[in-house]
Amino acid sequence: MALDSKVPQGPLKDKWTDYKNKINLVNPANKRHIDVIVVGTGLAGGSASATLAELGYNVKAFAYQDSPRRAHSIAAQGGINAAKNYQGDGDSTYRLFYDTVKGGDYRSREANVYRLAEVSANIIDQCVAQGVPFARDYGGLLDNRSFGGVLVSRTFYAKGQTGQQLLLGAYSAMNRQIARGKIEMFNRHEMLDVVVVDGKARGIIARNLVTGEIERHSAHAVVIASGGYGNVYFLSTNAMGSNVTAGWKVHKKGAYFANPCYTQIHPTCIPRSGDYQSKLTLMSESLRNDGRIWVPKHLKDVEAIKAGTLKPTQLKEEDRDYYLERRYPAFGNLVPRDVASRAAKERCDAGYGVNATGEAVYLDFAASFVRYGTEQAKIQGINNPSDAKIKELGQEIVRAKYGNLFQMYEKIVDENPYETPMMIYPAVHYTMGGVWVDYNLMTTIPGCYAIGEANFSDHGANRLGASALMQGLADGYFVLPYTIGDYLSDDIRTGKISTETPEFEAAEKEVKERIDFFINNKGTHSVDYYHKKLGKIMWDECGMSRNKAGLEKAIQEISDLRKDFWQNVNVPGTDTEYNEQLAKAGRVADFLELGELFAKDALVREESAGGHFREEHQTEDGEAKRLKEFQFVSAWEYKGEPKDAVLHKEALEYENIEVKERSYK
Amino acid sequence: MNLTLKIWRQKDANSEGQMVDYQISDVSDHMSFLEMMDVLNEQIINKGEQPVAFDHDCREGICGMCSMYINGEAHGPDRGVTTCQLHMRMFNDGDTITIEPWKAAAFPVVKDLVVDRSAFDRIQHAGGYISVNTSGNTQDANSIPIPKQDADTAMDAATCIGCGACVATCKNSSAMLFVGAKVSQYALLPQGQVEAADRVKNMVAQMDLEGFGNCTNTGACEVECPKGISLDNIARMNRELMKASI
Repeated sequence: MALDSKVPQGPLKDKWTDYKNKINLVNPANKRHIDVIVVGTGLAGGSASATLAELGYNVKAFAYQDSPRRAHSIAAQGGINAAKNYQGDGDSTYRLFYDTVKGGDYRSREANVYRLAEVSANIIDQCVAQGVPFARDYGGLLDNRSFGGVLVSRTFYAKGQTGQQLLLGAYSAMNRQIARGKIEMFNRHEMLDVVVVDGKARGIIARNLVTGEIERHSAHAVVIASGGYGNVYFLSTNAMGSNVTAGWKVHKKGAYFANPCYTQIHPTCIPRSGDYQSKLTLMSESLRNDGRIWVPKHLKDVEAIKAGTLKPTQLKEEDRDYYLERRYPAFGNLVPRDVASRAAKERCDAGYGVNATGEAVYLDFAASFVRYGTEQAKIQGINNPSDAKIKELGQEIVRAKYGNLFQMYEKIVDENPYETPMMIYPAVHYTMGGVWVDYNLMTTIPGCYAIGEANFSDHGANRLGASALMQGLADGYFVLPYTIGDYLSDDIRTGKISTETPEFEAAEKEVKERIDFFINNKGTHSVDYYHKKLGKIMWDECGMSRNKAGLEKAIQEISDLRKDFWQNVNVPGTDTEYNEQLAKAGRVADFLELGELFAKDALVREESAGGHFREEHQTEDGEAKRLKEFQFVSAWEYKGEPKDAVLHKEALEYENIEVKERSYK
Repeated sequence: MNLTLKIWRQKDANSEGQMVDYQISDVSDHMSFLEMMDVLNEQIINKGEQPVAFDHDCREGICGMCSMYINGEAHGPDRGVTTCQLHMRMFNDGDTITIEPWKAAAFPVVKDLVVDRSAFDRIQHAGGYISVNTSGNTQDANSIPIPKQDADTAMDAATCIGCGACVATCKNSSAMLFVGAKVSQYALLPQGQVEAADRVKNMVAQMDLEGFGNCTNTGACEVECPKGISLDNIARMNRELMKASI
């Protein structure tokens, strides 16, 4: 099948408006007869469920957690971008579009990104109307901060809990519709397959995670909003339950999977401490507004710090290497995430890592305490303040901005970041790749949509900070509700979809067989044993830098591990009870397939772009080297084993932006 | 360190439960409490037995999923943390640790340490929202200035993660800190004024219907709340309810 992105004709800035003017609509009386399934209740799924229900569709929403409010969007800290230009610092829709395409290293689809930038301002209006308590200044107006890879302040925030507040906003909109009976909510349920009838997505097979019951659910369209697949690395900043299963199941039923190798390794996470570690914790990128990243300039100081004979605070300014400010004077500590992560790896690989594992750099707030403290002393009219007073005043400001993050750091690491610099290291955080969608956010299965992190479309090879929340809500509140109507306008006479059909029968049978296998296998190794092994292969060979030999090795190792898993995995308990190991076994089985496709995609992409860094393709000073012949989306078609997947290319055209060497110097 | 764990095991909502003892050795100071539980479960699985079921997801203290009653305290001995952020450095070699689920009539046990908190969702369905459609055609976000103090206090209330520690720790199993926080967030913002009276009445009515107890001003909820939600929110909810009722 040839890929058709269905991008509307006409000038970039008019595409979305013209599109909306011309699409087919479903009249309100007919919407009552149309059902939509939404899998996942994060920012994308929650906002889509609420909006579709408001419009009049009957929505069935599914979450594996015990409440939609717990989806992992809740953990997003720093903020949400919007081209409001409230600061009058030169922001505009075009500039947000430009920054996003450039930040994504010219590997995203122009028309989708422009639409995203266009609807971004509405998101803020909408959220304020819903009662989201964004940070405000003393005049009562909304405050902004800066994020990496941009030169304006366009990020709106609610302390370090922006994702939580936005998700609670979407959850509240869902609650209103649940109360009206327009959303039927299925908590503690997991989608285990999509059902395709006459070539169209017409339902799902779901499992009740409490009783183990397998259920059939039909609908006129299915929306996948199940987030990213960062947990293929075992250790990531994702929630423990985050998984690729919904996206992978639709892939196996005909949806192409795009750019699986584009993964974001976030530069500021708390370093790992031991083998028992279950997950990694992010320290928001917003901290780079005020924190400076450094390692010692001399190896002897590194050794002394590791030995405990030297404290980082004792090291003189001239003995510190603020390597981001040194290498990238224009953007300094606010370079995009992929650049910052690689720079940290470069220093640590050279032996300058400051903790026992050699995998940590400092994030230091001392300078901002002085800067804010001096300003506060002036505001409060304190003459000749002492250094201690300045520090105290400065710390108050930093506490107001990032207090919860500092507290979280202290609880985990057991060090006070107000007194000693934080230690950070990059960790897997977000996946730009995902299910391939066209301009309508429809996958290659008609009637099956993918929104939010689950799709691939907006962030190219690297996502800028504070853009994930923007995309999730843009897709769910403002894009999908239009595009899905155009499709559903053909379904007004279809009537209720029956679940008593051979297609539902077959899908359910397949799901049940797999569960029976897990329960009856009684193997020798736990599910986590395999997940950890897979994670290690992924991190070692498909992490911050990749090369041909390593990727080939990874493909072989993952394939072998998968065979081992299907022979020797051990799942305790039964399938008719709450059984977390059983649920996890299914997720890891899918990760074991995705992981191999991921490595294959990375092997085929013989260039460096954004988060995908191939050692063979770098400039003299170690920057990513893009190649013109790889200016395309890799969309993989399922053909059985991952090694047999077929590559389809969607060429990327840039008509409104000049493709340049991405420079942050 | 080496520890003895006394853990509540219960097959499902309809079965009787009991405390079961487990031994665990070589626990590192740096482990989180749930990582210690992971290690225990791995041992149990390798012995061919059923691991201990517990709720958890984000493991960074924000999703509100984890919920353990540890040595008689919701989320254990540390302050300002959820169970997932509690670290083993809070315990000593040789300790016996008692681990139970949230105990409240409105939170029935699902299995072992997992409880059903859907009562919280139903209270939100009763009015935990502002009735505005997500059309994108609302007024500009800066058209109504909100005093910083009000916005900040609303944010402090909105910080609630809905974990249920307040209920678990309250001798009356009261949910008033949770409901008070949601009512307060909206009561403090201009956008919440239009439906303020109905909201507080409906949410409180649903809270009572779910079988949560009343507040007798002990304040244990505020102490155990991992997000430091203030008792002021209960007072504000009562004021709002009075205002709505007269």
